[in-house]
This record gives sequence, structure tokens and C-alpha cells, in this order.
Amino acid sequence: MSSRVRQWTRDNATELLLFVLWLGSLALGAVISPYFLSVQNLFDMTSQFMELGLMALAMTLVIILGQIDLSVASILALTGVVFGLLQEGGMHAGAAMLLALGLSAALGLFNGWLAVAFRLPALVVTLGTMALYRGAGQILLGDRSTYGFPLWFISVDFRYIPGTPVPYPLVIFCLFALVFFLLLHRTTFGRLVYAIGANQRACRFSGIHVDRIQVAVFTLSGLMAGAAGLMMSSRFASARWDMASGYELDVITTVVLGGTSIFGGRGTIAGTVLALFVIGTLRYAMGLANVLPQNQGVVIGLLLVMAVLLPELWARWRAHSFARAAEGGGLARVKVRERSL
Amino acid sequence: MVCSWRKALLVACVLSAVIFAGAVAAGAQAPRIAFIPKNLGNPFFDAVYAGIQEAARELGYETVSIGPPAADPASQIPFIQQQSAQQVAAIIISANDANTVAPALRAAMQRGIAVVAVDADAAVDARHAYIQPVDFDTVGLEQVKLLAELIDYQGEFAILSATTTAPNQNAWIAGMQVELEKPEYANMRLVRIAYGDDEPQKSYRETEGLLAAFPNLRGIISPTTVGLAAAAQALETNNAADRVALTGLGLPNQMRSYVKNGTVTAFQLWDPSEMGYAAVYLVDAIRGGFRPEPGASYQAGKLGERTLGENNVVIAGSLTTFTAANIDDYDF
Repeated sequence: MSSRVRQWTRDNATELLLFVLWLGSLALGAVISPYFLSVQNLFDMTSQFMELGLMALAMTLVIILGQIDLSVASILALTGVVFGLLQEGGMHAGAAMLLALGLSAALGLFNGWLAVAFRLPALVVTLGTMALYRGAGQILLGDRSTYGFPLWFISVDFRYIPGTPVPYPLVIFCLFALVFFLLLHRTTFGRLVYAIGANQRACRFSGIHVDRIQVAVFTLSGLMAGAAGLMMSSRFASARWDMASGYELDVITTVVLGGTSIFGGRGTIAGTVLALFVIGTLRYAMGLANVLPQNQGVVIGLLLVMAVLLPELWARWRAHSFARAAEGGGLARVKVRERSL
Repeated sequence: MVCSWRKALLVACVLSAVIFAGAVAAGAQAPRIAFIPKNLGNPFFDAVYAGIQEAARELGYETVSIGPPAADPASQIPFIQQQSAQQVAAIIISANDANTVAPALRAAMQRGIAVVAVDADAAVDARHAYIQPVDFDTVGLEQVKLLAELIDYQGEFAILSATTTAPNQNAWIAGMQVELEKPEYANMRLVRIAYGDDEPQKSYRETEGLLAAFPNLRGIISPTTVGLAAAAQALETNNAADRVALTGLGLPNQMRSYVKNGTVTAFQLWDPSEMGYAAVYLVDAIRGGFRPEPGASYQAGKLGERTLGENNVVIAGSLTTFTAANIDDYDF
């Protein structure tokens, strides 16, 4: 094996692991349900977790920055509610979409501004706005659903690129994933996000506009939650204040499983995308086998704990065995192995 | 960081093994009917499902009951899509929100799946038919009849309702007042309509208020499950069950102890299993080529012939009266 390939696998160990896990999830799906393994079904499946994906893309940046945004699901719901009310009030749905998206970006901006202006931890700020935004949706709409959207807007998940089995939510997600990949991995902005996440103080002393970047990332997070809100409103052909409740934790789970460090400074878009497909495929496969969502949580939770724990245990075990080898005993053998690598 | 790709592989293998450990092979033979209740673990829907299972046994269907843990509108959608992907013969659903589930149900219908709503309706164009538990126009009439029998058609009585704006209760009370115009109730007098707001505490206090205000009170009708249970408790604590007959709409599990100790002689509710039973026979008819449209009728097994009304609404049955003799046959 050439050293280049070896280096590449080493650098992308998390992504490779997730890819293998995804293949495992597909295999599992094929085993537990006879309906799972058809092209149409596999494509249709993706529509169920694209909203999660849109939010996870931006959340990856938030968490690399060393922050957290708990308000995304609430922004999703409020965006849907406002869109619904605007077009109920007679506004053209296209204009209502733009306004709703603008609102979602403003809500994200508000999160970022609060955190920066008052030097508050994002955890506390977004814990507050999580309740605030959802509550606002409830006050605006009450305990009913808004519906009656125009035909061109609804059921985006039942529309396909003509002649293919590819549904539009997947297309939209792929475009955004590409944009976020370029933004994080190919721009100065992206490098700064990593730098701030790794060492915020050092960045401040280096004259980097830390606050400005933090506000920008939270605004992006709000905007993506808004896009997810429109997608979900389209899928459900209605919007309610309590839609996607609890989704914020699914988003964070996805990002963390994707290898992004909760302490900031590390993480990739590819990891998040792969983790999204692992979780989405597993959940869908279990759903097809009529496993209840609350029981699916056991598998997803176990997966997350092990994905975090196993590399740690492995590293410790290796360190331990190296230490023992260094004391004597298997020293020669270890040397040989090291050379062979 | 030596051989981290091996680490990756090892971790992947262990995790995949863990996942596979939970795998169970599934196979389907007979056509399957999926029941999606508002939420799981609700005895009311367990009773609906019992009716579905009974009819499915008679007609040779397999059944599955699966739904969200909480009655959250959007959470029913993945279940609808999963059941569609499994090519079930039919979906019977009690919709948490009529419009939210509509696109997924329409897609299921396009795939040739029969969709029937029970208990709580979905949007009219997103299901083939809706099974309503009883004819709501007759609830008031039946309740007055039952009370009249309990108090020998004479004396003062009161109504303990839910909130002043509760649409169902108000419709039923209006039905009661129409029935009371008839000559056989000439010696019965409705003295007050009290509102317990469907809160146990308030309903309890309102009942005590009725007992204090009307010493000659002979009966109380409470057409709400919360009110009936609270009123029964009030009668029991005030030792008033001997002079005041209580009836209304209630859940057998809530009322069992009061019926057994004689506080309540008889009360009513629809039998939820009849909805499930009627739904499965309708599914079978639709699969046999029956076109569901207003005015059409089909055979619903032991329930006899059922006719579809406006918007394809089917009435499952009539109110069931629960007494000490039959209450142990019901568990919801």
C-alpha cells in the first residue's frame, strides 16, 4: 500500500468508519425488511431526514466554533407558522417564503447578537430563545394547523427530477451540502471558524473579528432552520407551532456522531453528511420493521456512545500496551511492526 | 495514530455486530392492515384495535398496530409512509390532525392502499371513508331516556357539562332539551346546567354545589367522562347516591369501582371496538371492488349493513349502556 493512500485513510478515519457503518445500516435494512432494498424506496427514504440534514450542516459550523444552537427546531416551527399565516392572509406564497426565510435569518442573528453583545454562553441564550420562538409560534397560530398552501408548494417529497427516482429534498440538501463544504473547507471564513473553535483567545489577540464571525454563523444556522421549516411545511402541506419538537437534539446527535468535537475546533461536513445517512437509514430500516421510535432511540444512543467511547478506549489500550512493551517483553516485536507500517 | 484505519475498521465491525444483534427477519404472507392510533398505550385505542383484530380474524387479514408515543400531529407521518412502503392492504388511522397527515395518506391511496379514518377524521379527500363511533344526534336523546328510567320519569335533575363552549356537549344538551319536550317527561324538570370545565376539581365542587342548592334533586346527567367520574366521587363522599341517580358518558375503567359499590347504576359510551370492526369490513369491501360513495352500503359482519353518509361518513353503532352486569367485559 502506498504511503499516500495510508495517509489519506488515516486523515479520514472517522469518515471511513461512518461509511462502513452506513453500508452496515443498509445491510441491516435489507435483512430486517423485505421492502427495504429497492431503488425507489432508498431514494424516498431520504426525504424523511433532509430537514435534519439542512440544520445539521449549519450546526456543524456552530459546534466547530465551540458553540451550540438549541433553538433550531423552534426557528423551524416559527418559520413554518409565519409562512402559513402570511399566505393565509393572501400573500403570494413565493413572497411569503422569502419573508419567512428573512425572519429565520433574523432570529439566528438575534441569537448571535445576544451571545456576543452580553458575553453570554450560547447554551443559555439559545435555551431561552428555544422556548421563546416556539412560544411565539403558539401565540401567533394557536393550537391549530395552518394549511391550504398552493399546489406548487406542497408535497416536495413526492416530486422527482423528471425521469429519475431522485426526490427534490435530496437535491436541495446536496446543493446546500456542497455550499457548506466549500464554505468550511475552501474559504478563509471556514479557516477562521476552525481557528476560533480551537482557540478563541488567541484569535481575539490576533485581531480576528471573532464576534462578527460568531454572529454570521448563528445567522446561517437560523437561515438553514428556516429552509428546513419551509421544506417541512411543504411535506406536511401544513404548519403547526409544535412541529419538529425535540429535533434540536437529533441535529446535535448527528453532528457529534459525524466526528465534530463538542469542544470546538474539529469536524467536517463530510462527517456530518455521512452520520446523517447512518442515522436516517437506521431509523428508516427499523421503522420498516415496525420498531417503535422510542426503541429505535436505544440503538441510536448506543451507536453514539460507542462511536465516542471506542476510539478513546482503543487509544488507551494501545498506549498501555506500548508502555508495557517498552518495559521489556514484546519490545522487539513492536519495533518490527512499527517499521512495517 | 498508528494504523487508525484498522481502528476504524474494528470499531465499525463491533458496531455493525451490535446493530445486527437486534435484527429480526420479517416475512409477510396474508394481506396486512395497519392501525395507526393517535398514540400508543391508550386503552381507548387498544379497544379499537381489539375490534380490528376480531374482524381481521374473521376475514383472514394480518394486523399491526403502530404509532407515536405521544399524540403529536406530525409524528404520525413517518408511520404512514413506512406502512405504505411495506405495501399494506389498508391503513386505519385516528388522525391527530386532519390536514397534517393528508399528503402522506393521499400518497398511500395513490399506491392502491385503502385508507379509513376512525374516531378522528382526516381531510375528506385523504381517506376513502370515516367511521364515526355513534350518531351524535341521538346521544342527548339516549341519555335522557336512561336517566328517566333510573328516576321513574319524575323529579328534578341537573346537567354537569364540560366547558360552556364545548361543541359536542352543547350539541348533546340541545338534543336532551328537544327530547324533554315529549309528554312522557312532563314530570321531570331540568333545574340547572352546571359547567365543570372538564377539570376533576371544578366538576367535583360543582356537583357538591348542585346537591346543596337543590335538596329535592333526583338525578344528574354528566355527558363528559371527566365530569361523570368527578360527580360519582362527590356523590360517594356526600353519601348522596341513595337519593340522586347519576348517569352520563364515561369510561368503564374510570367508573368500574363506582358501579361495583352502587354509586352509579348505569352510564353510557360508544364501544370503540365497533369502529375498528366496521373499518376492517369496509376495507375488505373496498378491496373487493366496492366504491365508497354517499348512499352506498356494505355488510359489516355482526354489525349488519352500514350505509355511507355525506362525505363518506359511516356510523359504527349505537351507545352501549354499562351496568354491573356487563362492565367487566370492557377494558378501556
